[in-house]
Amino acid sequence: MRNTLVGFALAALAATSLAAQTKPAAARTSDGKPDLQGIWTNATITPLERPQNVKELVLSEEAAARMEKAVIDRRDRLNEPSDPNRTAPPQGGDGSTGAAGNVGGYNNFWLDPGDRVAVVDGQRRSSLIIDPPDGRLPALTAEARARQAARAKTAMGRGQYDHPEYRPLAERCLLSFGPTTPLVPNYFYNNNLQIVQTPDHVMILMEMVHDARIVRIGGKHVPRHIRPWMGDSIGHWEGDTLVVDTTNFPPQQNFRGSSENLHVVERFRRADANTINYRFTVDDPTTFTAPFTGEIPFRAMNELIYEYACHEGNYALANVLSGARNEEKRLGTKQEK
Amino acid sequence: MADGSIPAVNPKRIVRDISVAFATAIVVAAGFWMTAPAETQAARPARVAGKPNLNGIWQSLNTANYDILSHQAKAALQMRPGPVVPIPAAPILAFGAVGAVPAGNGIVEGDEIPYLPEAAKKQKENQANWLDRDPEIKCYLPGVPRANYMAMPFQILHSDKAVFIAYEYAGAVRNILLKDPGPAPVDSWMGQSVGVWEGDTFVVTVTGFNDQSWFDRAGNHHSDKLKVVERYTPQGPDHLWYEATIEDPATFSKPWKMRFPLYRHINPDARLNQFKCVEFVEELMYGKFRKQPVTP
Repeated sequence: MRNTLVGFALAALAATSLAAQTKPAAARTSDGKPDLQGIWTNATITPLERPQNVKELVLSEEAAARMEKAVIDRRDRLNEPSDPNRTAPPQGGDGSTGAAGNVGGYNNFWLDPGDRVAVVDGQRRSSLIIDPPDGRLPALTAEARARQAARAKTAMGRGQYDHPEYRPLAERCLLSFGPTTPLVPNYFYNNNLQIVQTPDHVMILMEMVHDARIVRIGGKHVPRHIRPWMGDSIGHWEGDTLVVDTTNFPPQQNFRGSSENLHVVERFRRADANTINYRFTVDDPTTFTAPFTGEIPFRAMNELIYEYACHEGNYALANVLSGARNEEKRLGTKQEK
Repeated sequence: MADGSIPAVNPKRIVRDISVAFATAIVVAAGFWMTAPAETQAARPARVAGKPNLNGIWQSLNTANYDILSHQAKAALQMRPGPVVPIPAAPILAFGAVGAVPAGNGIVEGDEIPYLPEAAKKQKENQANWLDRDPEIKCYLPGVPRANYMAMPFQILHSDKAVFIAYEYAGAVRNILLKDPGPAPVDSWMGQSVGVWEGDTFVVTVTGFNDQSWFDRAGNHHSDKLKVVERYTPQGPDHLWYEATIEDPATFSKPWKMRFPLYRHINPDARLNQFKCVEFVEELMYGKFRKQPVTP
């Protein structure tokens, strides 16, 4: 266990160095398929949805450079040495929210969200979503809105720390906190994946949480009642594009509010020696009023992925829950006085 | 029948059906020993990039995960004193025969583990406290070679560029590096694996372990000095002979070896299923922290 934290640090750093431009172009496997194998990162600063104030999908070179500079400047600022004379954070935290909230965990050292705009076929992109054309998620169906409202109501009526099952999947070390199917970046860290390809299978390993999704080429989906984490993936080749079809998602896993009817189609196309163009289409008629499609460049990394043993080092879940019990005890004692 | 009534029986028809079935059975039986199954997996190439094809879903057929040494069947993995003979520990009792341990011939060459005295003592303590200590109970990553003889399959993905092992248990994974990157920068549960081919044998050297995983449910253990050298040698398309040499000078007085065959799943619908057990152990590990604990 002594090295778990070091492991986290190394894993977070793994994405920082990108492959040199030395890979041969148009690599193919021995069975003649485009070779998708290697270790890749999908980290990018291009958001999934286009900001409301941006009209076009394609950014000008200047606009993209401004975005990247802003990210790098901010990172450099946050990486400056801390003031050795700074005072301790106030008791109870500084009131900020998010992963770094209150107690000052996860400073910039731990984060690795990428620093580049997504470039697909030479276009610098303002959003990963390319369809609908406004780059925004389609509206939710009435059914999905009702579902969300019901979920929110249930969540309001109960303590979020009452049971382990109420905690997020990532905090329980069941899945990454980012999307797993489709492979959308989490904008935080460890946006790394490995692909191994045989004539019958394509294996996609996500660094978090050492999750291998094994695509059966030419396979059939498992029966409806089988609901594996990350869904059930089968694939086929359309020319030089690998098409992966994923259904059978478990009800606990959702992408942007999707239901267990989520259907994801992914298309992997080798763009050049260092890039896979990844395109995903999400369809869930019980959640979204229309399907939507996004594109993400996967860039080759010249780094290894290290073990992400989340559950084995998960002191947080026990502490979060027992902390809540202690807090209840403390408040209860106060009320009695 | 939609109305729930019992269908009328035609005796003649039954006799005819039985005769047909009987005749069919004779034909099937006669041809049985020479008939291939109706469904088979697609033909697979014997070699990948000139090396034996390791692709497939593999599994051991032994009881070594209970105990890597030879053992007879017993009532439970953890016992407590009884009025006459030892009886199963209370938490296992409800399982009855399901909680019992099947016998096994062992997979250790010479059927002996050369523990240093302190380490031998620790194994006994581990075994006596199995319920509290076995990392498998908490769904922790299994380590190597234990992952290869758990009662669940694993899939080897073998291409001209990579060898990758995905285990059903706990979703454990190993990327077998085909180029040695030097010492592992960090200890891990599954270690750092580096593979080379020696003729038709795939030899994987695994280092960089932490000291947390066990070899079995009998408390056999190691330190973070563990080095495992695995040898995967094909014996025909559907069998691998597997050997693992265990070296750990902090735990053992000399290297020792496990060995057993691995069998390939040949059913046409063979696939690796999921056993992401983290979710299954939440009540065990965190139940006591619920607002209203269910488990006393």
